[in-house]
Amino acid sequence: MENLFINIARTLSDWLLQLGLSHFWTDLVLLVVQWTAIILIITLNVIILVWLERKISGFIQQRLGPNRLGPFGCFQTIADTLKLLTKEDIIPSQTDKLIFKTAPMFFIIVSVLLYAVIPMGKDMVVVDLNVGLFYFISVGSLTTIAILMAGWSSNNKWSLLGAMRSVAQMISYEIPLAFSLLGVVMIAGSLNLSAIVAAQSNIWFIVLQPVAFVTYFIAATAELNRGPFDMPEAEQELTAGAYTEYTGMRWALFFLAEYTNLVAVSALAATLFFGGWQGPLLPSWMWIIIKTYLIMLVFMWMKWTFPRIRMDHLMSLSWKVLVPVSLINILVTGVGIEIFKGMGW
Amino acid sequence: MTSIDTEAIIDQLFKAVGGRVRTFPDPYFLGLRVDPADLPDLLRYLHDQMGMNYLANLTAADLQAEFEASYHLYAIPDNGLKIVVKTRVPRDGAELPSVFAIYPTADWQEREVFDLMGIRFSDHPNLIRVLLPEEFEGHPLRKDFKKKGAI
Amino acid sequence: MFVESEPYIINIGPQHPSTHGGMHVEALMDGEEVVNVTIHLGYVHRSVEKIAESRTYTQFIPYAARLDYMSTNLPAWGYVEAVEKLSGLTVPERAQYIRVVMGELSRIASHMMFVGSLAIDLAATTGLLYCLRDRERIMDMLEMTSGQRLLSSYMRLGGVSHDLPEEFFPAVKSFLTDVPAMLDEYNGLITGNEILQARCNGIGVLTPETALAYGVTGPNLRASGISYDLRRADPYGIYDRFDFNIPVAQKGDCMARLMVRLEEIEQSARIIKQALEQMPEGEILGKVPKVLKPEKGREVYHRTESAKGELGYYLLADGTDKPARLHVRAPSFINLMVLPIISRGSKLQDIITNIATLDPVLGESDR
Repeated sequence: MENLFINIARTLSDWLLQLGLSHFWTDLVLLVVQWTAIILIITLNVIILVWLERKISGFIQQRLGPNRLGPFGCFQTIADTLKLLTKEDIIPSQTDKLIFKTAPMFFIIVSVLLYAVIPMGKDMVVVDLNVGLFYFISVGSLTTIAILMAGWSSNNKWSLLGAMRSVAQMISYEIPLAFSLLGVVMIAGSLNLSAIVAAQSNIWFIVLQPVAFVTYFIAATAELNRGPFDMPEAEQELTAGAYTEYTGMRWALFFLAEYTNLVAVSALAATLFFGGWQGPLLPSWMWIIIKTYLIMLVFMWMKWTFPRIRMDHLMSLSWKVLVPVSLINILVTGVGIEIFKGMGW
Repeated sequence: MTSIDTEAIIDQLFKAVGGRVRTFPDPYFLGLRVDPADLPDLLRYLHDQMGMNYLANLTAADLQAEFEASYHLYAIPDNGLKIVVKTRVPRDGAELPSVFAIYPTADWQEREVFDLMGIRFSDHPNLIRVLLPEEFEGHPLRKDFKKKGAI
Repeated sequence: MFVESEPYIINIGPQHPSTHGGMHVEALMDGEEVVNVTIHLGYVHRSVEKIAESRTYTQFIPYAARLDYMSTNLPAWGYVEAVEKLSGLTVPERAQYIRVVMGELSRIASHMMFVGSLAIDLAATTGLLYCLRDRERIMDMLEMTSGQRLLSSYMRLGGVSHDLPEEFFPAVKSFLTDVPAMLDEYNGLITGNEILQARCNGIGVLTPETALAYGVTGPNLRASGISYDLRRADPYGIYDRFDFNIPVAQKGDCMARLMVRLEEIEQSARIIKQALEQMPEGEILGKVPKVLKPEKGREVYHRTESAKGELGYYLLADGTDKPARLHVRAPSFINLMVLPIISRGSKLQDIITNIATLDPVLGESDR
């Protein structure tokens, strides 16, 4: 079980080599297969996640949630997807059509790209970049542009307001997010995610870096545009914010991308703070799934409990609380590392 | 209103506002009737001197021959006094002085009376329709209002 | 280089999730800051006052019940009392008590809806559903008494339409025992929440002077520190027989308006408890002539404390079985007037909070 996926990949590459393909082409085919698998997993995952979110919100709000289609309503999301696929694709006449159409695609592509560096299990990472964390943060912040594209091209005040909020929010929260991760990087001594996981074989970084985890978690919620920080969407004020003018599958792509981001960010949290794929008994890829889902449950729990924070409070939370706290955390971590080194650790 | 000496209040009113105010019987209110021109003076006096700081209701009725506007006044905190001030205006070019300057709450209430009954209020800062659309013709609460398909 | 900015207009409504009905709030914005707010009403205008002129006094009761659909019994009660005053009808004791019980239940329902809709306007969906869950029990009780859940035309001239059924009493008693637990839950989930406090404390401050000048009544006035409740100041029905407090808050902000309503739920529960204890046996419908024809020229302005504020009915009789003029002094309508005043200078999101805490019901405000 442990090496299930690795064995599959090895069998595939062996078979391709036997067919007489060169190593370059074999690797390329393997990469394509890996990406296809990831995209499939993401889509499947989102279907499960949407169902889960609805079930959990139902549980929190003392109602049933979807319960008609299939056992516990588990086919509900599939039916919803089909409905969204068959919906009319409305593009308002005054929009910037090119940008309007590319925005959702851009968003989903960026979200999928995040998965390249996340170790899904022992030796299971698509591209083992030595600056993996750096890559993750930089690509992750590109989603802002997608939302800005959507908001700008919609030619709608609600959309533009939502987009501007999103930009302001993302720029502000990018800083505490990156700073909070620096503590982890300093201890692990590497930006490579596999190395960071390996560094946690003795002790999880949540124990060494609790403050960093809390800052990361709050900043990530803001980065994900999830409640209580769902400013760009804010349906009570901005109707649907940046997504107001989108219908059908284009809108669903945003939805898909947001959940994809949610999984990626949760997986990163599991990787950085909860020992990644490490765990007893179960195969490594199972562990990362379990950890990721547990973190996502907390995200959902927060979303369905809290009201939305106000825009200016949101900004002051970032600049006045999270940034100083994460900076102090870096200082304390640095001093701590030196002390431990001095003690010959 | 048992504890309040109505006679004394009416005397006081007559002294202050002169003979321009007439009383009329009402089972629940102290009824005062004035000419439209004297309305602001009377309400100003009631507001400033007698503490009737709360214009609860401002409305008008179509009495066929003319319009009658009613102003129901109370005091907060309650001083036991309930006053209704009534004034009549002819149907043609019906116009009343606005009491917005005395009671800001008259703002929308006057707009509503204008909207539905068609009484203009001079000196109202923003006398436009409040419930019906801008382009609506006529004033539905007038008794002679007839519109096909309406009601 | 300086970036020049200019104010722009953003239209909240008439189709918008947070306007509580068809209301158009035209906000002049400078970035996220509100410069001015203009309200356009009339999207739910059903010409109720004109309809009344072609309906008999009895026929109008369902229309009155549909004014404030969040607390259906209160506007109907106000209307029947106005007509009773106009034509000198007497109401049997038991009916008086039943009216108090049903009216206060409606008030609780309305306030629960207020708390829930404030929660969802601040995006706390769960808060809404908790409130709706509890409000559902009141809806069930309304159904027991009248067969109708939301818009029960339960009031009648001279009494009420049905006597309270047997199953009503255990239901209302268990509801009253659970009220403290419900309020505890709201305090934990909604009022105790830091984000909600940050969004409500000091937001939309309505000073007592403005409130008085603009004729704001009901919980909104009491949240500004003025203890004025018609049930006490100008008792109608049998309210002088009950012992209850008038909750008052001093700050006049959104939080104050929320807290006043939460406390009012408690006080309403107290009134219901007393009314149930004192309720005598007997008739539920007084002697009412088949055709009610008040004398020509008789008029009445009767005001009651509805869930939103002072709900007044002005009735003018012309000797026929239909009123010559009926005017509804709608608290929602008058209270909305202060929205621009309390919203100026705040943020876009505060407009939503302010609308929610002023608690307008558009069916009543537009009539």
